[in-house]
Amino acid sequence: MSPSAVKEEERPMSAIRIDARGLSCPQPVVLTNRAIEAGATNLDVLVDNEVSKENVLRLAKRRRLWASLRQEGPDIVIEIAT
Amino acid sequence: MRPDPNLIAGIEGFEDAGVYRLRDDLAIILTLDFFTPVVDDPYLFGQIAAANALSDVYAMGGRPVTAMNIICFPPKKLPMEVLNRILQGGLDKMHEADVTLVGGHSVEDDEPKYGLSVTGVIHPGRVLRNRGCRVGDRLVLTKALGTGIVSTALKGEEADPALADRAVRAMITLNRKAAELMTQMPEIHACTDVTGFGLLGHACEMIEGSDAGLKIQASAVPYFDGVRELVESGYVPGGLYRNKDFRMPLIDVRPSCPEWLLEILFDPQTSGGLLVALPAGDAETLVKNMREAGIADAAVVGEVVAEPRGKILVV
Repeated sequence: MSPSAVKEEERPMSAIRIDARGLSCPQPVVLTNRAIEAGATNLDVLVDNEVSKENVLRLAKRRRLWASLRQEGPDIVIEIAT
Repeated sequence: MRPDPNLIAGIEGFEDAGVYRLRDDLAIILTLDFFTPVVDDPYLFGQIAAANALSDVYAMGGRPVTAMNIICFPPKKLPMEVLNRILQGGLDKMHEADVTLVGGHSVEDDEPKYGLSVTGVIHPGRVLRNRGCRVGDRLVLTKALGTGIVSTALKGEEADPALADRAVRAMITLNRKAAELMTQMPEIHACTDVTGFGLLGHACEMIEGSDAGLKIQASAVPYFDGVRELVESGYVPGGLYRNKDFRMPLIDVRPSCPEWLLEILFDPQTSGGLLVALPAGDAETLVKNMREAGIADAAVVGEVVAEPRGKILVV
């Protein structure tokens, strides 16, 4: 069965990935916030510094979203979900 | 460093500007400050950069007299009108300060930068240093905090227009009137201006390694309405985290001061207010005089205490 034949509701829910590496504050927060506003419920935000990590975590907390951290090589992935 | 008996304030310590004695009754104050745009509007940026540079002279208790422009600009990337608007903003602030522009220097650069080299005058016996506060003094702050947080939100186009306007108005406000009212008081023991290290960072410079400590009443510190929400939503400048990491060893925070408020006390300010230490009996008078003169946010924010020595208690 080709992927196009899979019905929408049968697909495993995959996270939208935001690559915010190399961006300075507040861009990682802005991109994350816009994705949430656009209706994203499952996000992986990739950042490469502590300031971005802390700020994206704050946004998640403020919006009462679940968030956890995962190391991916030298980078940090913030997993956000409703 | 070559010793010079006429050097009153030099590169040692954390003074806001250099001070050099020319005669027994006259010293010059020298300072230089420039940075990248904190707002999009070039005219406002010029005003902010000039007000910020002039502030160092006011913080020493002096009167700025002349200034020179320092400008970096990408003429191939941005229209020359932008350059003209930056310079006009600076010039208008110099005029407001009764300061004469005497020259300057420009450099082609990828990112615009603007500021001033300012020369001021003062009586050598009336120089106000960062150090010198005495136990029992009160601390007066003359502008609300939050310009760094608001600038960060502005970069993300997430700042409420009313909040942005409030912060810009604070940044373009000269510390001239505040300084004039301060120097009319019978006794001032120490003064600095609150800039990149935030209120607590500059407060640390007043007492680090000294026999006195400070007690800051966090709830009395003025800040812009709306910055709490920005801090909690992640619009926090990197400099705020660095200020906090650097100075927390000198800070004792009581539970009465919530985390978001502590962070506002570390927010790096552009063209921030004066932080003045003076006898308790005069502090309320100074605040009253300032408020009557339109410096609406002036407030007593803390006091100089014997303990904790060389540290800051935030309550």
